[in-house]
Amino acid sequence: MSLIAKGILQGMAVTAKNFIQSYYKKERLPTVEYPEEKSTVNQFTRNIPFLVYDGEDEIEGMRCTACKLCEKACPPQCIYIIKDTDENDKPIKRPKVFDIDSSVCMSCQLCVEVCPFESIRMDSEFELSNENRFEGLLINRDELLKSNEYYHEIHPIEAQETDDRIAAKIAEAETKKKAREEKARLAAEAKQAAAAMKAAEEAAAETETSATEQAQQSEAKAEAPEDNPETKNT
Amino acid sequence: MSEVNHVLVTQQFPEVEWEEKNSCFIVPSEKATEVVTWLKEHPAFRLDYLSCVSGADYLDSEVKTKEKNEDGKMEVTITQVPAKMEAVYHFFSIEKKTGPVLLKQRCMDRDNPVVQSLTPIYRGAELMEREVYDLYGIHFTDHPDLRRILMWPNFEHYPMRKDYVIPNDYDYEPTPHDEVIERARERRAQLEGGSM
Amino acid sequence: MPARGYHLSKDELGADILEVAMGPHHPSTHGVFRMDLKLDGETVVDLKPIFGYLHRNHEKLAEDIPYLGCMPFTDRLDYLCGMTNNWAFALSAEQLIEIEIPERAQYIRVICAELTRLINHCLLVGFFINDLGALGTPLLYALREREKILDLFETLSGARMMVNYMRFGGVRCDLPDGWLQECERIVGRFPAFLDEYETLLKDNEIVITRSQNVGVLTQEEATNFSITGPMLRASGVNYDIRKVDKYGIYDRFDFKVPIGAHGDCYDRFMVRMLEMRESIKILKQAIADIPEGPIMGNEPRVFKPDPQETYGRIESPKGELGFYLIADGTTNPYRYKVRPPSFVNLTALRHMCIGHKVADAVIILGSIDIVLGEVDR
Repeated sequence: MSLIAKGILQGMAVTAKNFIQSYYKKERLPTVEYPEEKSTVNQFTRNIPFLVYDGEDEIEGMRCTACKLCEKACPPQCIYIIKDTDENDKPIKRPKVFDIDSSVCMSCQLCVEVCPFESIRMDSEFELSNENRFEGLLINRDELLKSNEYYHEIHPIEAQETDDRIAAKIAEAETKKKAREEKARLAAEAKQAAAAMKAAEEAAAETETSATEQAQQSEAKAEAPEDNPETKNT
Repeated sequence: MSEVNHVLVTQQFPEVEWEEKNSCFIVPSEKATEVVTWLKEHPAFRLDYLSCVSGADYLDSEVKTKEKNEDGKMEVTITQVPAKMEAVYHFFSIEKKTGPVLLKQRCMDRDNPVVQSLTPIYRGAELMEREVYDLYGIHFTDHPDLRRILMWPNFEHYPMRKDYVIPNDYDYEPTPHDEVIERARERRAQLEGGSM
Repeated sequence: MPARGYHLSKDELGADILEVAMGPHHPSTHGVFRMDLKLDGETVVDLKPIFGYLHRNHEKLAEDIPYLGCMPFTDRLDYLCGMTNNWAFALSAEQLIEIEIPERAQYIRVICAELTRLINHCLLVGFFINDLGALGTPLLYALREREKILDLFETLSGARMMVNYMRFGGVRCDLPDGWLQECERIVGRFPAFLDEYETLLKDNEIVITRSQNVGVLTQEEATNFSITGPMLRASGVNYDIRKVDKYGIYDRFDFKVPIGAHGDCYDRFMVRMLEMRESIKILKQAIADIPEGPIMGNEPRVFKPDPQETYGRIESPKGELGFYLIADGTTNPYRYKVRPPSFVNLTALRHMCIGHKVADAVIILGSIDIVLGEVDR
């Protein structure tokens, strides 16, 4: 070791530079005073799941249908769901109990990935401390339900994508429904036409009841179903 | 995965079995030291680096294989597979940059499995073999310091065995829904009843 | 190696061999880790590492959940390097089902893994200096740089450390807008930090006297002890799994493998400093080359691989991280074994510490770079 500790002096110069620059350079002092200033989350942060509802009413607008896919997918098994029933004990597509144990949840987002109804999403709330270690850390359905507006507030990009996807799904469902209705209408029309034809044939049969015309009638019947696909195509 | 010249080994040691399915050597325990030393020195292998030691436990099981017979019908054959325990060694060669070569020591006696330790040859095996002993209960002869490593010293069972039953001694679990909580409640009632 | 400097033996002191349990709650044991030391005066004559305080039988847990469900648990192995843990597990499981991984996903994986290497080495170097006695200052400089990369991870995956980002056949989500530019900016500034850090520490006389010729491992010993990672390379063995296995797309990048000459603590420290520079090289190439395209193959979330065995390994920042999987034709792994690098590297601790002083045992442990989440599993 040299008598003049050159390396140490070099190091001291670096610390001195850091010390002085920390007064005016943000990158030298990136810390914030936490409870006053909360710059710790951005819009991609995930922490604990919550349930999205549409519109004003929590229960009516609930997207969750209690299909229990998330319950099955959850690796530490922190989700607990009981299906709701109406007054006649018939199950309805809504959870009666939806509990998430926040002391067990490990924020892995697998429940979000499996949800087919875009219902369960990740919250960025991180101040979850509680005085009761057991029941206090259990988050129930009413606490989990948060509005779509809140979702837009915390994850704007993701929420917009979700909304677009839902809108697309609804539009698709509607076109499908329309197509189905159209199909049903055409089928009904064809049925009516066939029935009318049949009635006409029967009326004809009533007047002329010879054996040869009976055979013609059955031929006409056989033709009638062939007409249907054509009417459908138009 | 590189090809392993297994013929060379089985010629030298007729006791060593080559398992095609998993491409590994099944080595009898009494020969293990000799085989491994040979593999370490032999210029075609130069296995100077022992990467991983793992245990594996298999209970008695049935394997169903479906095969089409001559008539085109599916035929199901059931083969009984006896219970066994294995210590699996993954070797690599740092010098030749090849590997892995798998080597298994198998014991059919699940109640008292004993295999040969490779720690005298590869010192890196020391903690890994201790871990296998701790979790599977496989004894390694000639191991310098065979103690429990992850579980506490007076723990009785071997938790990684397939027939390990989780003990029913919960005090309180903060999961208010599982059957765990029911068991915890029972347990507490039992304790309170006992103390009174 | 005999202890250096003035030394009083137990006979001179008129004392016995002293047994000290150092840990499990000790600031320099990097977690709940205990060293049972036998001391002659101040010299270590025997050492027993004792751990398992964080044991939760990760391997048993995995046998009851599907392959994908194991992914978030791997984050918690070496909790500083979630990305590389994810990758190692994904690599092994992909060998079971043989999936093609899209080009873009491969690049994202490399970028994430190398950023993780920067994080880990930053932290290790900081804590190593902390163990040497420079309390705080250099560690906080390192933490400050690490924070920027953690923010990148948060933007990408939603979490800073428990990323759960990789999936079998790709990655979970695409890079957000502007992420690559931000990454490029941070990576571009990193060498300036490394220069400053080297000025601070490389020639520091105290660092040199404390760490040179301490905890020496020769080449043969390092190989025989199954040491991997920067520690192996500090002992002069040229073995980097990125170069040997060329997993992922590592054959496309131009980088060097830094090798040490003496195998002492100082070499381990310097090898890591140099590796960070090589990581930056890889990152720059990857950011320049990354193509557009899909990030995920069309793979089912739950799959049943045929009964077989596989061993996949990658070069994690701490060494060889391997996953040994046995599939039995169901959706869950039959056997799931982790080969944790810091657990195996601990094997050499006793050998390296004997003959040194207690204070040196602390920095030898620091130079191994252990994370107890991975050691205890």
